Amino acid sequence: VTIHLSIILFLPLATGFIGAFLPRGLARWAVLAGTVAVLAYAILLLADFDSGGGLQYVTDDEWIPELGIRYQLGVDGLNLFMVVLTALAWVPCTLVAALRDRERPKLFFFHMALAETAVLGAFMAQDLALFIVFFDLMLVPFYFMIGGWGTGDRVRATTKFVIYTLAGSLLMLAGAIALGVLSTPEGGEISFSLAELQRRSVSEGTQQWIVLLFALAFFVKAPLFPLHGWVPETYRSTPIVTLALLGGVLSKVGVYGFLRIVLPVMPEGAQHWQELFVVMAVFSILYGSVLAFSQDNVRLVVAYSSIAQLGFIVLGIFAFDDKGAQGAVLQMLNHGLVVVPLFLIIGVIVARAGGSESLSELGGLAFRAPVLATLFLIVAFATLAMPGSANFVGELLVLFGSYEDKFVYGLVASAGVVLAAVYTIRVFQRTMHNRPGAAVASREIGRIDLAAVVPLVAVIVALGVYPNFVVDRTERATTASIEEARNVSQAVASR
Amino acid sequence: MTLPFAEVQAPEIDYKALSPLMATVGGSIVVLMVALLRSQFVRHTLVPVLTAVSLLTAIGLTIWVWEPGEQTAILEGALTVDTLALGVSMLVYVAGLVCVVLSLRALAAREAGHGEYHAMLLGSISGMVVLAASSDLITLFVGIELLSIPLYVLCATELRRRTSLEAGLKYLVIGSVGSATLLYGLALIYGATGAMQFDAIADAISSDAVGVGDPLLLTGIALAATGLAFKASVAPFHQWTPDVYQGAPTPITTFMAVATKAAAFAVFLRLFEHALGLSQLEWGPALAALATATIVIGNVGAIAQRSLKRLLAWSSVAQAGYLLAGVVVGSTLGLEATVFYLAVYLLMNVAAFSVVIARERVSERGDDLSALENLGQTQPWLAWPMTIAMLSLAGFPATAGFIGKFYLIDAAVAGDYAWLGIVIVLGSVVSLAYYLRVVAVMWMGGYEVELPTVPRRHVKPVAGWSPEADARAQPEVTAIAVLFAAATIVFGILPDPLFDAAREIGTALSGLR
Repeated sequence: VTIHLSIILFLPLATGFIGAFLPRGLARWAVLAGTVAVLAYAILLLADFDSGGGLQYVTDDEWIPELGIRYQLGVDGLNLFMVVLTALAWVPCTLVAALRDRERPKLFFFHMALAETAVLGAFMAQDLALFIVFFDLMLVPFYFMIGGWGTGDRVRATTKFVIYTLAGSLLMLAGAIALGVLSTPEGGEISFSLAELQRRSVSEGTQQWIVLLFALAFFVKAPLFPLHGWVPETYRSTPIVTLALLGGVLSKVGVYGFLRIVLPVMPEGAQHWQELFVVMAVFSILYGSVLAFSQDNVRLVVAYSSIAQLGFIVLGIFAFDDKGAQGAVLQMLNHGLVVVPLFLIIGVIVARAGGSESLSELGGLAFRAPVLATLFLIVAFATLAMPGSANFVGELLVLFGSYEDKFVYGLVASAGVVLAAVYTIRVFQRTMHNRPGAAVASREIGRIDLAAVVPLVAVIVALGVYPNFVVDRTERATTASIEEARNVSQAVASR
Repeated sequence: MTLPFAEVQAPEIDYKALSPLMATVGGSIVVLMVALLRSQFVRHTLVPVLTAVSLLTAIGLTIWVWEPGEQTAILEGALTVDTLALGVSMLVYVAGLVCVVLSLRALAAREAGHGEYHAMLLGSISGMVVLAASSDLITLFVGIELLSIPLYVLCATELRRRTSLEAGLKYLVIGSVGSATLLYGLALIYGATGAMQFDAIADAISSDAVGVGDPLLLTGIALAATGLAFKASVAPFHQWTPDVYQGAPTPITTFMAVATKAAAFAVFLRLFEHALGLSQLEWGPALAALATATIVIGNVGAIAQRSLKRLLAWSSVAQAGYLLAGVVVGSTLGLEATVFYLAVYLLMNVAAFSVVIARERVSERGDDLSALENLGQTQPWLAWPMTIAMLSLAGFPATAGFIGKFYLIDAAVAGDYAWLGIVIVLGSVVSLAYYLRVVAVMWMGGYEVELPTVPRRHVKPVAGWSPEADARAQPEVTAIAVLFAAATIVFGILPDPLFDAAREIGTALSGLR
């Protein structure tokens, strides 16, 4: 089969447009069909992918020649599983969304579809400017979904979310343009193609401030301490299906950007800030874990645990070590795979507690709902990186990677693994066991929710059994991504 | 006795190059005369049609004259017809056409008498065309006055509304101060260089006779920049902008916002990059400081606004700051980026202003932000254009505004003004606060507006108070909004035609970096 990435990319948006012109009730099914088709195509892609090859299925066309922007897409080990994760996450979320009645359904599903296209675009783009286009475009549908269909103080929350993230990404835009302009050789044409940028070079001093601008964008998106100011309000107000995508998939775009852009293109700049970023990562692990432990709102427990998990990923990346980076790539997938079902299950739980999201008002749900409890338990174990889960392998690799060179930081980060067990088990106990809350009605998980969650749980279990499926396919690209940065780092160390 | 006719040498006039200008000037006279017939049909239908025909003729002639790389000096070097002049006049003609369509049902055109209103509009357009082509200090001044004086009157054409009269008066007083300052600056430049024509000024500066840092010259440049800054609403000479934009009849505001700015920036480019290009190192940092101040003041000023017209006025101040960044660098890339952004700016602002017009005619909230409440449900055909315009002004991707900003930052960085690129970006971040508020009011129902609400006003029902009927009652306004919003998206995804035009316009000024 020949695989065209443009089809994967624009299929969701196309179904969104089609849905907009269908009668009210049909829009959701059009978009759902689109996400299923994308998933099928992504599975084909996964089956067809050559683990020994480099960048594959490359699409390379002119887009805006005057600005040196090309329409360049490609898949390699770094983004293969991100594309699959996106395709996989959108199906259950759209399914669950399709079965709840909401106002203006056409518009909502149009935004769902646009969001999938934008996220896929950011993951597949091989041109820096194209990456930024999609990176910023992602915000538009999420802005509308949170503001239009969220709960509580949603407009404030969504405005804060957009201003935070766009502040970061606009600065990144300025940095990217500077990178493109300053790396253009005398008399040469400006180019934003990542492969071309990697061949050209800019001075170390320039790299340093440009990397800082990029890091700002990626850390806000991730989010990492201390740039997580938008997190509490946004996580509280976002509709649950949107939140599953926001926490599970969107958060990966930022850290992915480090591996795809920052480390290969600006290794000296990355090396310059290595110490700072590692400290931020470790701080995020501790801060996120402690706050996750002290939250009463279930959504916020997951929110802060995500900060900790993303801290792990950043630590793995900036260890500049094969094992660490491999662990980071694995964790990017794992974290997405657990957060999406986690939020879907939270949606089910909250529906059974009369809409309350407070841990103190939940409890006793497992009594009449063994299947729900079992699914939740599996996901919870994966979240806390129980041995036997792929998350365990991922975190272990990250820690091994950091022990090599940054032993002290690795040691401190290890505390995060322990804390994860504490806050995850706390949530499980408080919701599933304990004394039943006043408004809680213990009912089994519905068929539709089951259909949405079970496949994800099955993938989690399968990866736990055979994590090498991911490692085999990503290893080559991951090693290549950090190679330059590691060389620079070693050169500096031996100086 | 024989009359000495034979001896008089008639000046050589290139009528081809002059033809677009003749179309608008001639159109202005014809429209004024025709409107003297007192029939309803003539005043309400024929006059706007003739105005539109005159503008369409001008557009056609402009395309006919268009010749990249060609600089035709006409009228003894008073005007230079090149792609920069023609490209900017094209924007002005389009803005004029939009204004004619938006004025079809406007109170202002009715109260001022249709003939006078449209004739003055064409007069102002002619002034802008002269200004964009001027290559001589005298023509520059004539152009600026010809564009301004009809506009002073047009601002005050809603005769029975106090704020409209106030806007006209305010614009007149402040505009005159600006003109006087400009004139003084031009006089000093002449005093320093001894030349009126831009070419001669550039020669004088490059020769050793006048130093680049000559104090007389620099004072002249500073005063001329101040005068032009008044017209382009560059801070700190922007104070008139919100009041005049709010007070003037909205179709005129639309025209003023996009066309005046285009013409003012055309002459900014020509005077600074062509005549004074050699002293770029002297005026570059000063203009960069002005640009920074404009971006900051415009964006901060817009945050607290409730009136949509005031909000768009402040936003236009901020946008002037972005545009100025393209002038500062003094390069071909900067010139192209500025012209590109002027075109994009036209698209976004026309879309936004037409929605304001559509709403203020039927809403008892006037142009207040709350007039847009829940527009997403009631009138999506207005809500979408406004949303697209706001996102584009804020610089979201897949809109022309994103590409425009990209181009400007590109030019700034390439011209060693990377920090100005960062300022543009930071300004855009601040601007999200007010652009997104407009979007939120339209789509995110039940949005609490924090500031006290304005008193309701009485409006005559356009079509019996129902939103659908209102929309049907003014289809041309909706059509303009949709058309320009669609163009914003199309040029955001396929900007090639605009780039081609910008590149051809870039050939107009030679000798740039």
